[in-house]
Amino acid sequence: MASRPRTLYEKIWDAHVVETREDGTALVYIDRHLVHEVTSPQAFEALRLAGRPVRRPELTLAVPDHNLPTTPRLDAGGRPVPIADPESAAQLAALEANAPAFGIRYIPATAREQGIVHVVGPEQGFSLPGTTIVCGDSHTACHGGLGALAFGIGTSEVEHVLATQTLLLQQSKPMEVRVEGDLGPGVSAKDLILHIIGKIGAAGGSGYVIEYRGRVFEAMTVEERLTVCNMSIEAGARAGLIAPDDVTFAYLKGRPMAPQGAEWDAAVAYWRTLHSDEGAVFAKSVVIDAAQVEPSVTWGTSPEDVVPIGGRVPHPEDFADESKRVAARKSLDYMGLTPGTPMTEVPIENVFIGSCTNSRIEDLRAAAAVLKGRRKADNVRWAIVVPGSGLVKAMAEDEGLDKVFIEAGFEWREPGCSACLGMNPDKVPPGERCASTSNRNFVGRQGPGARTHLVSPAMAAAAAVAGRLADVRQLG
Amino acid sequence: MQPLTSVEGRAIPLGLKNVDTDIIIPAKWLKTISREGLGAGAFESLRAEPGNVFDDPAYKGAPILIAGDNYGCGSSREHAAWAMLDLGIRVVIAPSFSDIHSGNAVKNGILPVVLPQDAVDRLLEVAREGQPITVDLESQTVTTPYQDRFTFDIDPFRKHCLLNGLDEVGLTMARGEAIGGFEAQRAAAQPWLMRGTSI
Repeated sequence: MASRPRTLYEKIWDAHVVETREDGTALVYIDRHLVHEVTSPQAFEALRLAGRPVRRPELTLAVPDHNLPTTPRLDAGGRPVPIADPESAAQLAALEANAPAFGIRYIPATAREQGIVHVVGPEQGFSLPGTTIVCGDSHTACHGGLGALAFGIGTSEVEHVLATQTLLLQQSKPMEVRVEGDLGPGVSAKDLILHIIGKIGAAGGSGYVIEYRGRVFEAMTVEERLTVCNMSIEAGARAGLIAPDDVTFAYLKGRPMAPQGAEWDAAVAYWRTLHSDEGAVFAKSVVIDAAQVEPSVTWGTSPEDVVPIGGRVPHPEDFADESKRVAARKSLDYMGLTPGTPMTEVPIENVFIGSCTNSRIEDLRAAAAVLKGRRKADNVRWAIVVPGSGLVKAMAEDEGLDKVFIEAGFEWREPGCSACLGMNPDKVPPGERCASTSNRNFVGRQGPGARTHLVSPAMAAAAAVAGRLADVRQLG
Repeated sequence: MQPLTSVEGRAIPLGLKNVDTDIIIPAKWLKTISREGLGAGAFESLRAEPGNVFDDPAYKGAPILIAGDNYGCGSSREHAAWAMLDLGIRVVIAPSFSDIHSGNAVKNGILPVVLPQDAVDRLLEVAREGQPITVDLESQTVTTPYQDRFTFDIDPFRKHCLLNGLDEVGLTMARGEAIGGFEAQRAAAQPWLMRGTSI
């Protein structure tokens, strides 16, 4: 086996197969499991009913994020503020009770380390290169930015991992997205991944695990790589990953749950073997020219509905296949857009900077750099910044970014998933538009009737200032 | 999970592509700590449209749903499968499915049937006429009263689990010794991998 050149994905896969069934299904070991309040209660309940323990509690980390309001969590007297919505409160209470009952480390809502699971995992050094990482959340693909095989699972699989620390899986096919050349000034990792999804389509990665290759990714910071891999699921891929390198190791060194001392050295030596071999074969290969990538925005209700900011709302008739024409008409109707309209003439009433895609310190710095000395336009009614974790929030405050946002007319919030998914109080009102740094522009995603335009943090800031979608490079 | 061998009945002709799991069950329904009762919120935004297929009496209680490419994309929420099951849907026919959702469906006794677009288009026609469709898992076929006959592929392990209504957790727990051996090997060679939060 060692003689055949293997892709990075195949190397990680091979290292985790406990055994293979006759029918080809593999029993795969899971190194790291992240749990949040929404997709876990039924799994814990099933364990309880069957009298099953958690096999390896130290390999699971629990943190609330989806349901939590992003308003202050402690009152003036330092007491926890009760959650107003009884269903959310019950779900959060279930996690708070289930984690200790099963011996799992739990980060409470009031802890500085709390945040979105996909921000917390890398930040704590819980997520590591070469590991298999799962979570009952499709954006688990995010951790592939560290060179891990990370993917989302359903609640039955959450139960399966808790009980057995494994999953029964069919191997996916390796796919390469190779980006050639360099990104232009003002073009971010988010613009690139939106561009890639626009090119390959929302099902373009279906059945595959994508490896992002090329010097663009080598030149990226870990946080930028996390942004790229995060949205692999929007291209339909099971996971996305980038080979770990010195940038990755420097990011992880000294983090609380990363290996230390001699174990650190042994880990790094192993991690250095984690790259696709010369001559490894990818089942599918897509080449992207970095020079063609511009700041990207979405116009429709699928993340594949991407145009450059200099582009226009497309005509449904321009699409080759009938099902896409039908979908485009439906999308434009929902979005309230007229074909042919320049994207820079689309007015914006809401701006959301946050989510597991874009809520890390570099994202906040990028947005703050645009907003410094500027203010949101009057027609922007609601603009919020939601840091990805309490540690990101503290770092931003140390740098004075909170003041930049507040002076620009933004609200500065507590960490959580917030307006990415419309299940906590942060929602976009029906019929209104939002320039959002999140990952999904689905119908009703940010609230019933909400109209989402996916953008990068700098582009969200530019939209806030202009009061419409805008090219951050032309803001001056 | 309820075993699934053969399903016969009317099919809901949705046909739409990229039906994401936010469409199948919106986030506000995810605050439950139970698997029950989610049919009430299933396809909520589509059902708000007048004349939608879900509320058409012709398809009431239909056990089959026919959709477009990339069915179940997006969020990993298994609530989508629970909501479909609560509506009585046991089979979804589409040209392709998202990886996560098709796995969730199978674990809840729902069969995802992948057929080429032209076969799906034909079945949409049959469904719109209100004619029944038969999906047989053992023979891996979809048939209609007009003698249409399409065969589909399915992973053998998934087929086995569906036909027998098997619980994967129970199956894997029986392999505890093999898992233990793997863990012992890992703990010796790369102890840092086994530390997790206990470092």
